[in-house]
Amino acid sequence: MTDRALVVVRAGALSTVQDRGRPGHAHLGVPRSGALDIPAAALVNRLVGNAPEAAVLETTVNGCALRPRSTVTVAVGGAPCPVTVDGRPVAWGAPVRVPAGALLDVGTVVSGVRAYVAVSGGITVDPVLGSRSTDLLSGLGPAPLTNGTVLPLGNPMGLHAHVDVAPQPAPPAELVLRVTPGPRDDWFTPDAFRTFTSRTYRVSPASNRIGLRTEGPALGRALPGELPSEGMVLGAVQVPPDGRPVVFLADHPTTGGYPVIAVVRTQDLQAAAQAAPGTPVRFIKTRHH
Amino acid sequence: MRALPVGDSALLVEVSSGDEAQALHAELLRRRAEGLLTVREIVPAARTVLLDGLDDPVRLASELTASEVPPAPRREQAVVDIPVHYDGPDLADVAAHWRVGEREVARIHAETEFTVAFCGFAPGFGYLTGLPPRYDVPRRVTPRTAVPAGSVALAGAYTGVYPRSSPGGWQLIGRTESVLWDHARVPAALLSPGTRVRFVPVGCP
Repeated sequence: MTDRALVVVRAGALSTVQDRGRPGHAHLGVPRSGALDIPAAALVNRLVGNAPEAAVLETTVNGCALRPRSTVTVAVGGAPCPVTVDGRPVAWGAPVRVPAGALLDVGTVVSGVRAYVAVSGGITVDPVLGSRSTDLLSGLGPAPLTNGTVLPLGNPMGLHAHVDVAPQPAPPAELVLRVTPGPRDDWFTPDAFRTFTSRTYRVSPASNRIGLRTEGPALGRALPGELPSEGMVLGAVQVPPDGRPVVFLADHPTTGGYPVIAVVRTQDLQAAAQAAPGTPVRFIKTRHH
Repeated sequence: MRALPVGDSALLVEVSSGDEAQALHAELLRRRAEGLLTVREIVPAARTVLLDGLDDPVRLASELTASEVPPAPRREQAVVDIPVHYDGPDLADVAAHWRVGEREVARIHAETEFTVAFCGFAPGFGYLTGLPPRYDVPRRVTPRTAVPAGSVALAGAYTGVYPRSSPGGWQLIGRTESVLWDHARVPAALLSPGTRVRFVPVGCP
């Protein structure tokens, strides 16, 4: 058994392996998947000297605890949280040396939802269709972590960054999502579109890696029924029969039959990944450019 | 043909029939293969083709809507044969909808040449067309919580084969031992959009 491995001591609520996902296979019904907060995953990789697309861990709310079998450099970013090594507090958002056999604990987030843990050399579970990401919709990629899971690590590629703490955006107190209308905004009443872009919604606790669900005023339809299935993009705001907008995140289905009223700018999805249940959400209309 | 912008880097091209969508899909694949189109995803569906990962969707929209789509070329590729035991639990219901006997359902289904119109729902799940509209069937009123992998099923105008066990509301007419999806295989999907398919009855009484 190799020394380049991590043992999962505490898996946390939902911890998964994520990289940039597997775009390019949507025509086979394969979701893109990948880290929800891509800039955070790229940053922690850079801090430990990995390529930005190396696989990291994405945790949900209460972190995880890991024991490396060999000495590694790690960095924790995304949602701010306490980090300890063998019980001693260490830096969040900076490279940290974890000796072989020591216990790295990523604690419960102070704000936000998802922390990212990069380990020097990256996590090297077998890729599926070019990606190591766990896809919770279709079940591709490694299963979510459980206590006792052993994750193989690659060989460190480069030197870790020399920084005290790398700046990272704070999780949003209010989630502002810029949207471009369509492709199916004509399926809604004009009133519904005004409601959508003027009222405040809240992040629903039913949100997950597939979609950010919202609570708030229902959007009325001008046309009844369902569309014939059509292709869906990341950031699509789909409106199911209950009228509450759902923003599609990385594990979204590749096709769907509920109308898409608007599409969220990709740059705003990082904040969506960190918006805790109850966070106010506003959708702001922008033009196609 | 309508080309609807989807965010800032995608385009949903809508046509008026499934045949047109398949022809448009074939034409877009040809353009990409010839280096005339740079795009990350080409996702055909029932009446649309989605193009995602475009630099300039607006320009492509005007190009597409100004051009005629040639009819889909007859594919030279081999037909995929899928052996089927026509013994599904909904065979009698389908026979009643079609107003024929159960054996006749199997015969009609197996004599049809299908084409994968598009994929979705799960990796490797194809929506196959080929049956005439008079053989459309509704979904089951109560979906099953677990449809076994390999189930051959009908809903609306489509035939599909479940790549893995999952919940489902389609009418089950048979089962196959063919492996629809194996991520360790190249290609992982037995069926992809445009694939021609024939169902071959096995173990007929």
